[in-house]
Amino acid sequence: MEKAIEVRDLTKRYGEILAVDHISFDVGEGEIFGFLGPNGAGKTTTIRMLTGLCRPTAGTARILGLDVASEIVEIKKRIGVVPEVSNLYDELSAFDNLLFMTQLYGIPRSQRRARAEDLLKTFGLYERKDHLFGTFSRGMKRALTIATGLIHSPKILFLDEPTVGLDVVAARNLRGLIGNLRKQGVTVFLTTHYLEEADLLCDRIAILVKGKIVKIDTPEMLKTVAEEEPIIEVSFKKMHPQIVEGLSERLPQFRVVAVGHNKVRIYGGASAEVLETVLEYAKGNDILIEEVNSIKPSLEDAFIKITGLSPSVMATEKGGGR
Amino acid sequence: MWRDDLRGIFYIALKDMRTYYLKPPSISWGIVFPIAWILAFYLRNPQNFEQLVPGLIAMTILFSTTAAEAVVINFELRLGSFERLLLAPISLPAVLLGKVIGGTIFGILMTATVTLGSVLALGLYHVSVLYLVLIIVPSLLVFSSLGALLCVLVKEVFEAQTLLNLPRFLMVFLSGVVYPVSSMPTVLQYVAYLMPLTYTVDGLRQAFSSIQGITVFIDTLVLLGFFILFILPAVRLLYRRFA
Repeated sequence: MEKAIEVRDLTKRYGEILAVDHISFDVGEGEIFGFLGPNGAGKTTTIRMLTGLCRPTAGTARILGLDVASEIVEIKKRIGVVPEVSNLYDELSAFDNLLFMTQLYGIPRSQRRARAEDLLKTFGLYERKDHLFGTFSRGMKRALTIATGLIHSPKILFLDEPTVGLDVVAARNLRGLIGNLRKQGVTVFLTTHYLEEADLLCDRIAILVKGKIVKIDTPEMLKTVAEEEPIIEVSFKKMHPQIVEGLSERLPQFRVVAVGHNKVRIYGGASAEVLETVLEYAKGNDILIEEVNSIKPSLEDAFIKITGLSPSVMATEKGGGR
Repeated sequence: MWRDDLRGIFYIALKDMRTYYLKPPSISWGIVFPIAWILAFYLRNPQNFEQLVPGLIAMTILFSTTAAEAVVINFELRLGSFERLLLAPISLPAVLLGKVIGGTIFGILMTATVTLGSVLALGLYHVSVLYLVLIIVPSLLVFSSLGALLCVLVKEVFEAQTLLNLPRFLMVFLSGVVYPVSSMPTVLQYVAYLMPLTYTVDGLRQAFSSIQGITVFIDTLVLLGFFILFILPAVRLLYRRFA
């Protein structure tokens, strides 16, 4: 597989803060590559360096063989970028926004209208083509912003947190669209802090924590990391804040992590001793248990094992709830 | 590459005309304010108003271009759409020049209206069109680039308008718009010659005067110098902002 993106020791420092710390990775052509990490991990900064919106402090990056530092304008002709914020023009209609992009990207005059209309149809916005962008819902704005990223048929599409702020249906539709890009041979580089999104979409995932890549692999291989230890999931009738602490104290050799609104997972804990302790703890504290399951590891479990972070750090949104 | 940049400059300016010219800050600072000043001076002294025309045209150039820059740059910096332009295959200086041209065209519309209105209303048919062009065009570029330079320092439109008021009012009072530079104290005259609006007013006075000398060409050259003096650091500041 040819390399679409080659990154070596890429580093970005803002004063005392090391936002991206000597990261290296390759992305193959036609691959969907995910950058997974909590907010502040350096995902957006990496995209900004790769797309010319900020300059690396150190290291190199090549996109389709072109150097980001010296050939950025040529690179921009070949890449599409969808920033985290849907930043089109409120005062222009959906059609005019797309038309403006065709003009900026130098698409031949004879093809501009057709290209804009095709994308409006693909993204289900054709009926609203004359409506102002400012009047669109969040999901429609996101869809149109992604459409503008594809206006010049780029070879690589950078998507920064593509489904942030979208409702469940819009997010699912968007994932379908991203899946279709793979069929068209477009390389997709996406950042996300949604574990299930990375699991569903990506061929490979790089896990980024505090500016460093801690692991790169396929979702399946990442999950095998977690398979090495058994996991018990306990659902409580009502979650009490002290449950995680209480169980951690009683099971010091295991990791106890809160998951969702009423569950805890105990890693490395498929034993009678663990079950007995949990039941005793619940009984002693008048806590009702709904269910106890031995579960198949998910990407979330792999993430917890690899990074040592709680999944709650991934649930923190930059802008609005999910 | 230069063709990409030229295309970018053209379409950014065109888009800004459609998108921002009717925004409230453009109207209040770029249209209403200069017109209010002109009316105030006219009502105060209608007999000698003819002498004030060059200064008032200069003031229109100053306010219309800087007000437009605050809108076309700071609206986009605030909403993040400025980055959208930087993602296109055009250079950063081309994006900024597109913004400067956007402000310049707004200034042309306002200045042409005020100039034509003054010429027709007061019968100033002896005006030199060549001199007007030689002074007005570089002046529009100078004050658009001054606007761009100050606007890239801040994020919000109101911050930009506030910051712009310092050079605006200094120039209005010290550059011969109302009081001739020659009648000011010597120290202030030195200060006046450090300000681009002084050369705009001087050049416009020559355009409207019956005796038209060659010093207008010097004014043009000085104004072009100011344009370079403002646009280069504006580009540099923008590079630093996206470093």
